[in-house]
Amino acid sequence: MSFLQGEGLYGGYGGADILHGCNIGVDKGEVAVVVGPNGAGKSTAMKAMFGLLNLRQGSVQLDGRDISRLPPQERVTLGMGFVPQNANVFTSMTVEENLEMGAFIRQDNFLPTMEQVFSLFPVLAQKRGQPAGELSGGQRQQVAVGRALMTQPSVLMLDEPTAGVSPIVMDELFDRIIEIAKTGIAILMVEQNARQALDIADRGFVLVQGQNRYTDTGQALLADPEVRKSFLGG
Amino acid sequence: MTDILNALVLLGNFVLVPGLAYGSQLALGALGVTMIYAVLRFSNFAHGETMSFGAMITILATWWLQDKGVTFGVLPTALLALPVGIIATVGICLVLDRVVYRYYRREKANPVTYLIVSVGILFVLSGLVRFIIGPQDRVFADGERFIMKARVFKQMTGLDQGLAIKTTQGVTVVTAVVIVALIFWFLNRTRTGKSMRAYSDNEDLALLSGINPARVVAITWVIAGALAAIAGTLYGLDKGYKPFTYLGLVLPIFASAIVGGVGNPLGAIAGGFVVAFSELLLTFAYKRVIAYLTPGDWIPEGLVQLLSTDYKLAVSFVILVIVLLVKPTGMFSGKTL
Repeated sequence: MSFLQGEGLYGGYGGADILHGCNIGVDKGEVAVVVGPNGAGKSTAMKAMFGLLNLRQGSVQLDGRDISRLPPQERVTLGMGFVPQNANVFTSMTVEENLEMGAFIRQDNFLPTMEQVFSLFPVLAQKRGQPAGELSGGQRQQVAVGRALMTQPSVLMLDEPTAGVSPIVMDELFDRIIEIAKTGIAILMVEQNARQALDIADRGFVLVQGQNRYTDTGQALLADPEVRKSFLGG
Repeated sequence: MTDILNALVLLGNFVLVPGLAYGSQLALGALGVTMIYAVLRFSNFAHGETMSFGAMITILATWWLQDKGVTFGVLPTALLALPVGIIATVGICLVLDRVVYRYYRREKANPVTYLIVSVGILFVLSGLVRFIIGPQDRVFADGERFIMKARVFKQMTGLDQGLAIKTTQGVTVVTAVVIVALIFWFLNRTRTGKSMRAYSDNEDLALLSGINPARVVAITWVIAGALAAIAGTLYGLDKGYKPFTYLGLVLPIFASAIVGGVGNPLGAIAGGFVVAFSELLLTFAYKRVIAYLTPGDWIPEGLVQLLSTDYKLAVSFVILVIVLLVKPTGMFSGKTL
């Protein structure tokens, strides 16, 4: 049983199920990556783990506690951070205000956390007074990740953090994500750039049609000729 | 030289001073409309009647105070009664939200449904107001009538033209400045204000950040209700209170909000002054100004008025149409606080 574990997840957006009993888990300090073809239910699995859709069957456990029925807001207070794929920053608000809103549920002084985010993403410190909507795609993703880090989560979930950014920015973001994991945070992310993501993954989940097809370490999956042929383009 | 000064004073007396007062009233009204739009995402056509309701309660409280022999010296007693009007208006806004709007929010009704609902509330409120205070004119301004009398101004400057500033005009402008400063401080400096902006910017992300939507909605109504009561009272003080006029106010108020960029507080204020000055400049009779500025006997025969004051309302309409055609997002692109 991992720190965050989804077991036998079944569910969808109201109609037919999209997830057909998939299992996803991640431990503290690890990077777990969910990859798979389009429509495999990667993002859906992620949303199911965070409570953004109703599970028909299965359970989600955080640190041994069943959180399957908790709404997303309560999961945030329990230490889960979520970075959605789209519209993941407050565009009309400054970088600093975005981070402040990330810390909204905190009653204590969040300024040290903000300084940590700024040291992780130095470019944000320079742009702290600028509206997030005026930043580049990569910088926006940094704001989005920084906002989620403001609650000091134990699990950080990222839905395609590198969608729409250049390869250089992608490498940079992955480096930062590894750094975050090294501080002891569990990272679970969905990625389109499967090869690069598996390269940094401690665990990889290959989903097909809402089920686990392959589950192994990132390196092992990259080395597996079957996985390479079917999902990584040879 | 004196002629130019006389012309300027004439414009100041009939355009600048009333424009500042009327613009402030529109700005406060538009600010309420824009806040509701930014957070609740619908056009609240009942805002004019909400203003009327607030003014009515303030008038009733003013009468009660006057009856008890309480006055506010040179300032209108209504300012002392205003807190009562604000509390009552905030109260009715919260009640209406609880019994009407909340239902449609849960149904996730589309904005057109909301708009029709707000028109329904407009009729209910306007009926309620007429039922309680009646449809007649009420003048409730007391205290000193003028800050600057035209005659005194003439004596001071030796000009032919006088510049009169009514107390109500001064009170309107000062109150508007204070209220606007407070609103901007609240939105940009306080945690609650920022959470309102965040909610208005991106509802889903605000939820993920733990911002409580019910609280944001309630605070929005508190602010909108307070703004409506203040704007309604100031308008009533300045121009006399008549329930009927508040229905007509909805149009310039919406024009102000849209001209500035609906959803943008700064835009609402700028829009209020644009609409106010356009109305005044287009309906002002320039005859005497031209007489001062041209040599000798070049006095025009007509009034040199671009539009009769009867067409005042049309000005808002025309501005609205021009903005929607040329720059639909308004001067400051709107949508979020």
